[in-house]
Amino acid sequence: MFAGQSGIAALEGSFPGQLAPQPGLRFKATATVRDFDPAQLPSTVLMSTDRSAQFGIVAAQQAVEQSGVFSRYEAANVAVVTGCACGGRAADEDASRELYTRNARVPPAVILRTMASSGASHIATQHGITGPVLNLATACASGTHAIGMAFHMVRSGMVSAAIAGGHEAPLTFGFLRAWDSMRVVSPTQCRPFSRDRDGMTLGEGAAMLVLEPLEEALSRGVRVYAEVVGFGMSADAHHVTQPQAAGAALALTRALADSRQSGIEDAQEQIGYINAHGTGTLANDAIEAEAIHRALGDSAQRTPVGSTKSLTGHGIGAAGAIEALATVLALERGRLPHTAGVTEADPALKLDVLLADARDMDSAHPMALSNSLAFGGLNAVLAFRRLIP
Amino acid sequence: MPQNGVLMTDIQARIIELIAKSKNLPVSSIGMDTTFDELQIDSLDKINLSFEVEEMFSIQIPDESLHSLKSIGDVVRGVERLVAGAAQPPATA
Repeated sequence: MFAGQSGIAALEGSFPGQLAPQPGLRFKATATVRDFDPAQLPSTVLMSTDRSAQFGIVAAQQAVEQSGVFSRYEAANVAVVTGCACGGRAADEDASRELYTRNARVPPAVILRTMASSGASHIATQHGITGPVLNLATACASGTHAIGMAFHMVRSGMVSAAIAGGHEAPLTFGFLRAWDSMRVVSPTQCRPFSRDRDGMTLGEGAAMLVLEPLEEALSRGVRVYAEVVGFGMSADAHHVTQPQAAGAALALTRALADSRQSGIEDAQEQIGYINAHGTGTLANDAIEAEAIHRALGDSAQRTPVGSTKSLTGHGIGAAGAIEALATVLALERGRLPHTAGVTEADPALKLDVLLADARDMDSAHPMALSNSLAFGGLNAVLAFRRLIP
Repeated sequence: MPQNGVLMTDIQARIIELIAKSKNLPVSSIGMDTTFDELQIDSLDKINLSFEVEEMFSIQIPDESLHSLKSIGDVVRGVERLVAGAAQPPATA
């Protein structure tokens, strides 16, 4: 991400059960997870999970190992909050295809594999977690909402720590065809905030973060990437696909205001990076730019804005979590990720659009925002701050 | 004269009927000059409608054309062109 390596690649081959010689898709690229080996998981887990939950389980495993969270906290006081909007699509489509084409019996495990909460359940079971465990679905904002909810749960003292993030593996034939009909996927690849942007690129994946009180983390010497300082949510109450600047601005403003609980009174002036929702559609990027101007006022024009979807694609429920991860990595390194593919930043947006080059974070502006603006008008924004040693 | 199996006068009638049904309006209230704005057809409605029209006439409406459609007449004329184009025999070398 910091070297501009892209996960977007050409769609290859045909899909299981595809009837026509060509897949019938106008777009040619997606961001798939390559070389994922499900065999790393026990057979009991494989029996009852789809690729989506498997992604989440492996990501959570990595986060647990790296953080040593259970060396400090009781599993009964830890929460798991996942964002998975699409559930186990592959399991559903495969079973349905066989049922409708040859009246095949449907395996009982399909019930378990299609459950959207499957990832959360397995994460809890693997680590013996008996605290609050839930999955939430807010379309493309699910991952951000999950981390935000977990943040509030830890901050309020409801739980001592939380594992939070998102996972999604929705790139089935039916899903891709449905998106093709929506006419918002770029025939080439997404170019967020570019003057010639022409749509999004679909992706998949997972990211999980461990959240705990800052003083505890520092006292036990674990690697702390960044501090979560605020979270804001809103709904547009406007349209099921068209975003609205007022709604998005409200979520941004609320995230900034929520930072007061972390002792930050002037969050608006402290933002050194915005990881935008930045899908690369004409509508989203323009509306999001307007929302950023409304929320940050005079500071907006000089605030570096980028979209890591240009490298990871749009992972739907996983997107917000992948982007939160990108944001905390940026804060830890003091370095901003690339936005790939931008031919020319759209001047109408009046933003400092990050391009395909390396840039350091400005130390005078130690905060970052990560936005998610979902279909159905659901908006979520996380606010983070660099740890200054 | 039918083109590609479709009577050209049929196209107007079928498109108007499709839109009337989707918006729950009487067919008589929709004419060639009626605009999408007047019918409160937004960008999402246009995407859904273009899908139905493509299915109905076995055509493909390019993304660029979709943006320029503003009235029922625009749709009817566009579909007539695509249907007539599909009825042409392939060019010989």
